[in-house]
Amino acid sequence: MKTAQSIAREVQSGESSASAELDNSLSAIRARDEELNVFLYVDEEGARATAASIDERVARGEDVGPLAGVPIAIKDNMCQTGIPTTCSSKILEGWRPPYNATVIDRLIAAGAVPVGKTNLDEFAMGSSTENSAFGPTRNPLDPSRVPGGSSGGSAAAVAANMTPLALGSDTGGSIRQPAALCGLIGMKPSYGLVSRYGLIAFASSLDQIGPFSKNVMDAAILLEAIAGHDPLDSTSLPEPSPSLVAHVNDGVAGKRIALVRELVEGADEDVVISVNRAVEALKDAGATIVELSIPEFRLGLSAYYLIAPAEASSNLARYDGVRYGLRVDAEDVAAMNEATRTAGFGAEVKRRIMLGTYALSAGYFDAYYGQALKVRTRMIDAFKRAYQQADLLIGATTPSVAFAFGTKTSDPMSMYLSDVFTIPTNLAGEAAVSVPFGTGEAGLPVGVQLLGPGRSEAQLFAAARVLEIAEDRS
Amino acid sequence: MTSPLRREDVAKVAKLARLSLTDEELDLFTTQLGQILEHANDMSTLNLDDVIPTAHPFGLINVVRDDVVRPSLDRDVVLAMAPDTEGGRFAVPRIMGEAP
Repeated sequence: MKTAQSIAREVQSGESSASAELDNSLSAIRARDEELNVFLYVDEEGARATAASIDERVARGEDVGPLAGVPIAIKDNMCQTGIPTTCSSKILEGWRPPYNATVIDRLIAAGAVPVGKTNLDEFAMGSSTENSAFGPTRNPLDPSRVPGGSSGGSAAAVAANMTPLALGSDTGGSIRQPAALCGLIGMKPSYGLVSRYGLIAFASSLDQIGPFSKNVMDAAILLEAIAGHDPLDSTSLPEPSPSLVAHVNDGVAGKRIALVRELVEGADEDVVISVNRAVEALKDAGATIVELSIPEFRLGLSAYYLIAPAEASSNLARYDGVRYGLRVDAEDVAAMNEATRTAGFGAEVKRRIMLGTYALSAGYFDAYYGQALKVRTRMIDAFKRAYQQADLLIGATTPSVAFAFGTKTSDPMSMYLSDVFTIPTNLAGEAAVSVPFGTGEAGLPVGVQLLGPGRSEAQLFAAARVLEIAEDRS
Repeated sequence: MTSPLRREDVAKVAKLARLSLTDEELDLFTTQLGQILEHANDMSTLNLDDVIPTAHPFGLINVVRDDVVRPSLDRDVVLAMAPDTEGGRFAVPRIMGEAP
């Protein structure tokens, strides 16, 4: 499959057209979507109209943008006007948002062609896409295994060559973990870099939108197109989109990169081997390697599984059967609220709402939520200390390669442990990228994770590019 | 270690969160939520008395904008997505009990 960069170049030059590229994308979707369950909705009509208008603008000699005619898949927790948006939940089934998320407006302004909405764990709560109310997505590399989650559909769309790009959201690893399991580049940008306006909230202080792609350059082009201040998101960073594309080939010469012991602890042997090989590749490219221990990382999981559910319990209070989505009728309004939420939410969402409600309730607030917020401070301080000794950190993205269906669904704690290496970055509001590097069990890809301080996306892409070159992928 | 969470705690939390649970769900969630809280006990032994809690990674600052009129969502478009409407408003089942 062509890269997004080459599609944009060919569409702009007239060598190809947005409509022809869309046809390729739609045929790839038709070929495997039934088997893999990637898309919850394919907006063929809307995408054709967008592509046709791009082709007309090119014919008139206009500069269409850095993503001219590039098909892109959107995780189904981002609002697009008139397009069904479900969060993979029965509670939103049939809802069509009356407005665009800022990322959708920016994609269209950059010339991209949104083709449809992808499957996820319900309300982005999960690590395998098995929690979707509309059935699990299968991993295109091995359909007997999960694609990861929660952005499993977006990862699968790119891995199955349905679209060269996809957007996901990452609250505790929901972009990086599926990227690792599907052999893709996946980045969680710094908190506030990409507007959350129109991203349906799970845990507002942790959620961040980011890119999936097959190569580093495409991820940089996509992120540069969607990043930058948005007056509609009061938590968005004040500055315009950073320069990322121009720095992709900056390399790592003279950079200090720290291998973090806690980011490989408990990982499978083939994952550890890949991380060690990646460290050697960075060293060969001129980086100085140090080793660090950051014990605070071990507390991340506990803090996260109180903070994220606490925020979710508050955010998901809006699904009450009054203004949109499902309503189950009952004799009075309180009974209607309860009947609607009981029928509309799946088990994992209920689990997290209850966990969050408990952690915030009188008598337990200080012991659970309050303590978790203090651990969060400790985590931020620990990162700051680490960045005095290193420019970037490196470790594994996930403890193992893609796992089989059903292996972790009966025990929530075992599923939560898939996120153990990705959570610290979200708690600190920093940036990290997963890069495919080597293979593990059954020849499946291993993801190596590079972590950086806030606003380090350009450095992270440059380091990821070094690994990409070392693997001779492009 | 026994679960810190009792069945009646889960029942109470479900009520607060406007969820109804079957007896089987109540048992399952009591066990599962207990396991998660037990894992969180690794934080309870830490002395964090002097640590300032962080609710937000960069600290929220109040954002203000100029008070200018700009287009908002169309009422009819929004109401078209509602389960029930009446006279240009969201309609819900009765809220108050019947008068005696």
